[in-house]
Amino acid sequence: MTTTAGSGDVLLRMSGITKRFPGVVALDDVQLEVRAGEVLVLLGENGAGKSTLMKILGGAYHADAGKIELKGREVKINSPRDALDLGIAVIYQEFNLVSQLSVMENVFMGREPRIPGRPGVIDWARMRRETSAILRELDLPIDPGHQVGKLGVAQQQMVEIARSVSANADIVVMDEPTSALTNHEIIQLFRVVKQLQARGAGVIYISHRLEEVPQVGTTVTVLRDGHYVDTVPASSPIADFIRLMVGRDLTQQYPKKLVKPGAEVLRVEHLERRGVLNDASFAVRAGEILGIAGLVGAGRTELVRAIFGADHLDAGRIFVDGKEVGVHHPVDAIRAGIGLLPEDRKTQGLVLLLSIAENVSMASPGDVSRHGFLDLGKVAARARGFVESLRIRTPSVYRPARSLSGGTQQKVVLAKWLASRSRVLIFDEPTRGIDVGAKVEVYQLMTSLVQQGAAIVMVSSELPEVLGMSDRVLVMRGGSIVAELAGDEMNQERILAAAMGQEHVVAA
Amino acid sequence: MSSQPEPGAAVAQSEERRNWTEVAFQLGALLGLILLIAIFAFSSPSFLTTGNLAGIARQTSVNALLALGMLVVILTGGIDLSVGAVLALAMVVLAMVITKAGLDQSIGLLAALLVGAALGVGNGLLLTRLHLPHPFISTLGMMNIARGAALVITGGASISALGGGIVKFIGNDEIRLGSGDGAVSIPIMLFVVVLAYVGFYFFLNRTVVGRHIYATGGNPEAARLSGVPVDRILVLVYTISGLMAGLAAVVLAGRTDSGYPNAGLGFELDAISACIIGGTSFFGGVGTVSGTLIGALIMGVLRNGLNIMSVDTNWQTVVIGAVIIAAVYVDVLRRRAGQSR
Repeated sequence: MTTTAGSGDVLLRMSGITKRFPGVVALDDVQLEVRAGEVLVLLGENGAGKSTLMKILGGAYHADAGKIELKGREVKINSPRDALDLGIAVIYQEFNLVSQLSVMENVFMGREPRIPGRPGVIDWARMRRETSAILRELDLPIDPGHQVGKLGVAQQQMVEIARSVSANADIVVMDEPTSALTNHEIIQLFRVVKQLQARGAGVIYISHRLEEVPQVGTTVTVLRDGHYVDTVPASSPIADFIRLMVGRDLTQQYPKKLVKPGAEVLRVEHLERRGVLNDASFAVRAGEILGIAGLVGAGRTELVRAIFGADHLDAGRIFVDGKEVGVHHPVDAIRAGIGLLPEDRKTQGLVLLLSIAENVSMASPGDVSRHGFLDLGKVAARARGFVESLRIRTPSVYRPARSLSGGTQQKVVLAKWLASRSRVLIFDEPTRGIDVGAKVEVYQLMTSLVQQGAAIVMVSSELPEVLGMSDRVLVMRGGSIVAELAGDEMNQERILAAAMGQEHVVAA
Repeated sequence: MSSQPEPGAAVAQSEERRNWTEVAFQLGALLGLILLIAIFAFSSPSFLTTGNLAGIARQTSVNALLALGMLVVILTGGIDLSVGAVLALAMVVLAMVITKAGLDQSIGLLAALLVGAALGVGNGLLLTRLHLPHPFISTLGMMNIARGAALVITGGASISALGGGIVKFIGNDEIRLGSGDGAVSIPIMLFVVVLAYVGFYFFLNRTVVGRHIYATGGNPEAARLSGVPVDRILVLVYTISGLMAGLAAVVLAGRTDSGYPNAGLGFELDAISACIIGGTSFFGGVGTVSGTLIGALIMGVLRNGLNIMSVDTNWQTVVIGAVIIAAVYVDVLRRRAGQSR
């Protein structure tokens, strides 16, 4: 490990950290070192293990193996409380603030100063005084008595930082702190980070904005697929960071077959949703799989939900088979032949309490009913047909959907859209939470669907999956489609560079 | 990251077991009912007489009808606190149409159903259009509005002597089967209740809309993304609940030959209790017509039996409270059984 700019003592050393989830090794023998006064930037793609590592440090997860040393002493962190007591403050993207309470109450939450000799009575004067002192020290113009919910996002973040200072945290972790901030607010944040450095704290900073790295960081540690890759100075060229993040072998074979694309099936033009989608346009043809890549929060799910009518659109037009369709509700999209296989099958794809048969017919009850009365025989027969053709493993179509495994549930959602004769199938993270064997089956189904003339739009955070299955790839960033890649351009470096707004770095 | 088990023997087995526990829970309410009847039959010779059973039918009918409406609401994860007050308003409107306007009882009946349905639509729109945070609030408001309106239009006085006609027929008449000592009198309202239960059974199990009610309660977002018109379903279930309150008002008006603004006080809680005792989940998506019938019968038999055994009415209230808590605890156990996988 190369250490740079590390003038201070080592505050935190994590080594050999391993964390397994059912079916996945999220972290495998990962290490990390933070010195006093250092800002360590943690880099990695979606799913590289950054958040998991920080959750272990913050006490939200337990590592299966590994050692955490604070100032040379090994420590056990079994709960978020332990982490706080040890001087580790983690600021998550979703703040841990009670928005109805005041700034000072949030800063001292759980550590409220008491009036001596009067048990349980809060010393408000002292609380205000000490909060003021911290805010002044960080040069933050916030009133300690202000209600947190009425502050902007940036100021709420400052309250979180003030809390970590008041708790005397040696280690402050910030998970994508700038993702919701304006440029001006980012400058203010960087200034506060400098204050923390000057106090001798160690800061761990997770970000996807590579241009920030040299501005705020001193050292960079890169993770990839749950493995430690390297630690380099923050002043290294940005192209180096990208190379370290993607240098991965494409070992897995994808059952991809080239299909001669047919007529254009879906076209969207200038889709707008304020603050979420920005002038998004694309088209997809029969027989084609269009991948949509991008970082978490880039607007990919929002894009496909808007096309499906699940979320409201401010502007834009949607065409199916060349004819414009007004999509205001999922019903409109379903009628036009669009089906959405959502990211979270349990909460959005299926009614888990109901049977497989009922879930299959849910989007097209008209085919199995007359005058509103269901023909239960037809409902079951149709479901049995799909159980056979999609090889859905279940002893009976009357089983509730909740009894199925992830991959099987995904097939039931697919059956629902095949039953409603969808010709545009939108897969949002098609294999999330699905074990390896079932993943291949999902890919095979996608391949046979496009062979039969369907058009597939696939949102995925797994680059190998995007590259292995797509004919073309759109890259999204900040609600806009920033790149369309096909053929030789379709590689990990190009996709990641576009997703992180660094296209020029690898364009040559 | 998924923690679902592989589809395998172990899962299939636990599935079987849970199906059995579900059957046991469903049977549990029925067994409870049978046990109650047995206890009362042994304790009092007058319990199992045809006269007393007809009495139970009469006392249970109104709650049984309200509980059906409440069932479809709770199936969507909602609640309708207004049914008792809606019943009162529908009842006094019915009485005023007949006595003050001098119209035929059939017009009074239609007016009662219309009032019930209209207030139900109001409940549905408050929820889906004004986006009030929970139906507890919208129907709590509607409860006060309906009760207040019933008091305002009657000046707080009850209206009696509704005369003869369809309302009296439904609420008060009987069919005599057989003759002499073996004759059995079956209240007409019992036929109304049976008809309603059979109709609701088919509606909830066999129609597209019925299944959409279960889907909406089981997972509103998945239902919406499958093209289920969730908002329309919600308006519909409150309309049905209001309509059933109107029908219950007809039965009660016929039985008492009157309309009074304080009718139906607390009836909403009895209807909710019947659903809950019958195994309807407060979280939506789970509940049956047969369970609701059993729940309503348990409440009716319990009240009647305790009366026959001359248990103090104040103590009766305590007993019913305990039964409700026990039934909800069963619901908790059932949910836990469903989760422990």
